[in-house]
Amino acid sequence: MPILSAFLCGIMFGAGLVVSGLTDTAKVLGFLDVLAIPKGGWDPTLAIVMAAALIVSIPGFALARRRGRPVLADVAAWPTRTGIDRPLIVGAVLFGTGWGLVGLCPGPAITNLATLSRPVLLFAASMIAGMAAHALWRRRVRHSASLAAADG
Amino acid sequence: MAPFDPLSAAIGGALIGLAATLLMLLTGRIAGISGILGDLLERGSSDRAWRLAFAAGLIAAPLALALGGHTLANPAMPSSIIIAIAGLLVGIGTRLGSGCTSGHGICGISRLSPRSIAATMTLMVVAMLVVAIMRHAL
Repeated sequence: MPILSAFLCGIMFGAGLVVSGLTDTAKVLGFLDVLAIPKGGWDPTLAIVMAAALIVSIPGFALARRRGRPVLADVAAWPTRTGIDRPLIVGAVLFGTGWGLVGLCPGPAITNLATLSRPVLLFAASMIAGMAAHALWRRRVRHSASLAAADG
Repeated sequence: MAPFDPLSAAIGGALIGLAATLLMLLTGRIAGISGILGDLLERGSSDRAWRLAFAAGLIAAPLALALGGHTLANPAMPSSIIIAIAGLLVGIGTRLGSGCTSGHGICGISRLSPRSIAATMTLMVVAMLVVAIMRHAL
């Protein structure tokens, strides 16, 4: 049941991306192009999508928090980290740069795979490679940290 | 580009918010796409099945909508070198920063997390700067 729920939530999330227009890179870049606000031609789509999503999810998450236990699982995996640290900001800067260059973030990149368009496949493959590179780097850092601990 | 359509944007946004809410209410998981994908690549990753199921749902969504006559056009994309660089930056950046537009932008802001609000503001401002440079300075 949790697996089926995740699949159906994925379909709903992806449908939201397509219906709202966020799978269209031109719309995303049209929103990010704030210099077009005075000139005309700015596309406010993304702001409306975020606002509509948050109007549903802010009370939704408050409800989930109050309920405590999820319907189909023993515990809710709420994120636990709180501080605003350097990796958070450096990561957001790197991600924002890539997002601004193409207009695709991870969700729309995956949903757009359904088009089988070659540039989208290239983007998704590069994105996965970047994630794998980060996983590999973290593994090495952890490994050397454990070696240092063994030494000292 | 399709013309600005506020009603579709609002309906689509509400669907996104509802999907994130239901995933948390039902399974207790955060609908952060970069976390869902990235954790699949970690050694000893737990719960691969639901992550794969959610990702499969994302890809299946346009196919489901196509049954209702809603087709998904190929998005406009820049040159291959830009695509490859941008993809790498998005992959590394979202993992280093522990989230993307969904994990920080939707779920994190819904939890009123200062960390996610800081990340979302940073990535938005940087993306706006990049577009300003690419479109108006070069």
